[in-house]
Amino acid sequence: MISVKNIQVVFGKGTPLQKQALNGVDLTIEQGSFVTVIGSNGAGKSTLLGVLAGDVLPSAGQVTIGKTDVTRKGTAARAGLVARVFQDPLTGSCGALSIEENLALAAKRGEKRGLMAALGPKRREHFRERIAELNLGLENRMGDRMDLLSGGQRQAVSLVMATLAGSEVLLLDEHTAALDPGMAEFVMNLTQKIVSERKLTTMMVTHSMRQALDYGHRTVMLHGGEIVLDVAGDSRKELQVEDLIAMFRRIRGQTLDDDALLIG
Amino acid sequence: MSQIALWGAVELGLVYAFVAVGVFLAFRVLDFPDLTVDGSFPLGAAVTAVLIIAGVNPWLAACVAMVAGAAAGIVTAMLNVRFKILNLLASILTMIALFSVNLRVMGKPNVALINADTMLSPFFGLGLREFYVRPLFIGILVLVAVIVVWRFLESDAGLAMRATGANARMARAQGVDTNRQIYLGMAISNALVAFGGALFAQTNGFADVTSGVGTIVVGLAAVIIGETLLGARGILIALIGCVLGSILYRIAIQLALSTDMLGLQASDLNFVTAVLVTFALILPRLRRGGAA
Repeated sequence: MISVKNIQVVFGKGTPLQKQALNGVDLTIEQGSFVTVIGSNGAGKSTLLGVLAGDVLPSAGQVTIGKTDVTRKGTAARAGLVARVFQDPLTGSCGALSIEENLALAAKRGEKRGLMAALGPKRREHFRERIAELNLGLENRMGDRMDLLSGGQRQAVSLVMATLAGSEVLLLDEHTAALDPGMAEFVMNLTQKIVSERKLTTMMVTHSMRQALDYGHRTVMLHGGEIVLDVAGDSRKELQVEDLIAMFRRIRGQTLDDDALLIG
Repeated sequence: MSQIALWGAVELGLVYAFVAVGVFLAFRVLDFPDLTVDGSFPLGAAVTAVLIIAGVNPWLAACVAMVAGAAAGIVTAMLNVRFKILNLLASILTMIALFSVNLRVMGKPNVALINADTMLSPFFGLGLREFYVRPLFIGILVLVAVIVVWRFLESDAGLAMRATGANARMARAQGVDTNRQIYLGMAISNALVAFGGALFAQTNGFADVTSGVGTIVVGLAAVIIGETLLGARGILIALIGCVLGSILYRIAIQLALSTDMLGLQASDLNFVTAVLVTFALILPRLRRGGAA
């Protein structure tokens, strides 16, 4: 379970560029639920993900992951509770390390790291099996440096990395935005499979309204640092991208001028 | 070049292999351009020399030197991590402060260790000639250091350190406390360099406050020569490259200085160093250009 209560985030406080990035956001995502988050640029969706991941510490409010209050914990301190896949494939994995070294690093997420060899035969075999499930042929390239892989391959490996340490919460930060359409679809299908198989509590930030409605159980729309739409169940099933735009207009009572939102 | 001069060059190269491995940890693994080594090398020499003269066991003296070096590395790390001073500048501040510290430690600009017992003393007079014993003894220590650093960098803890240098954001998302890794890495790096200083004092029979000048260039030269020769093929190869680079660097210097035809003298050392390092930096480019 993830829960944020009355979150306030202000960037550049006291400067002319002061911006209220999140204004009293309340959101609870139940165990095993998959929530998609949409919103225009500057709506606060990346900030919300940052608040959950620990990159952004809120000025007020409370963040709970599982049963733990993590409001004041930094990224590294709460990494054992949340797995994360970044938008930029280069950020989520370490280009200078090999595929299996990246996996070894992720397998110890949130645990104490000792002086034992990171890649024993048993662990190697386990990693190989997990990578073979991707059907990308990467299981024969386990010793290759990560930066030899394509963006899509890196995101696929990042998804496997996210599941190795067994945390129950997965944060996806527009993780298909940098990929070509074919690879984006592959990564989304893989995401769907992993989330349902492992019953992960998932929050996916996306720019694509299509993705936001096609995947997951619930869709949340942010605007100006506030939640303006929260749909689930049957009312969500009937929802079309066009409805979403219309709803957005009605709620905000203003015209839509952000092209980014219209991209299906 | 005489055989004694050759083995002398190998010996010095092996002493500076500790510097090379330390510099490799800071520059390559942690991506931390650290000039502290110019201070921590003579610090190691100074601490060892003073302790040996005070009658302390030379092995223990070398260990204390390592602790002192680690402390110097931690100061640099703290200036950078805690007080947000640019890494290069932080290390320069520590380096310059260490010059005074080293003078305080020794009480004078240099200390001689003539006739004092060193780590090597028990191995002389076992039948082998002295100029073989020295590089052999230091070579074994280098071998131990390389194996330990190699196994560390391929352990879970070492992976965390490598990730910190290569992609700090990713490392944090994987639960690695990157600040702690910088403290730890800088401590290990400067401890190795200080141990090199301790060996330098014991094999050369003195500690001098100016012996640290240019340590960083020598260390980097070794790392770069190693990379140029062996390429990027994993941690162990890189570490062997550091050692090989350090030895080859010394032999090249020795050759340059002992070739009468070139007309070089000892005072040209720094110029020769600069030319060698420049050459090692340009070589990979030339090679790539030729292949294309």
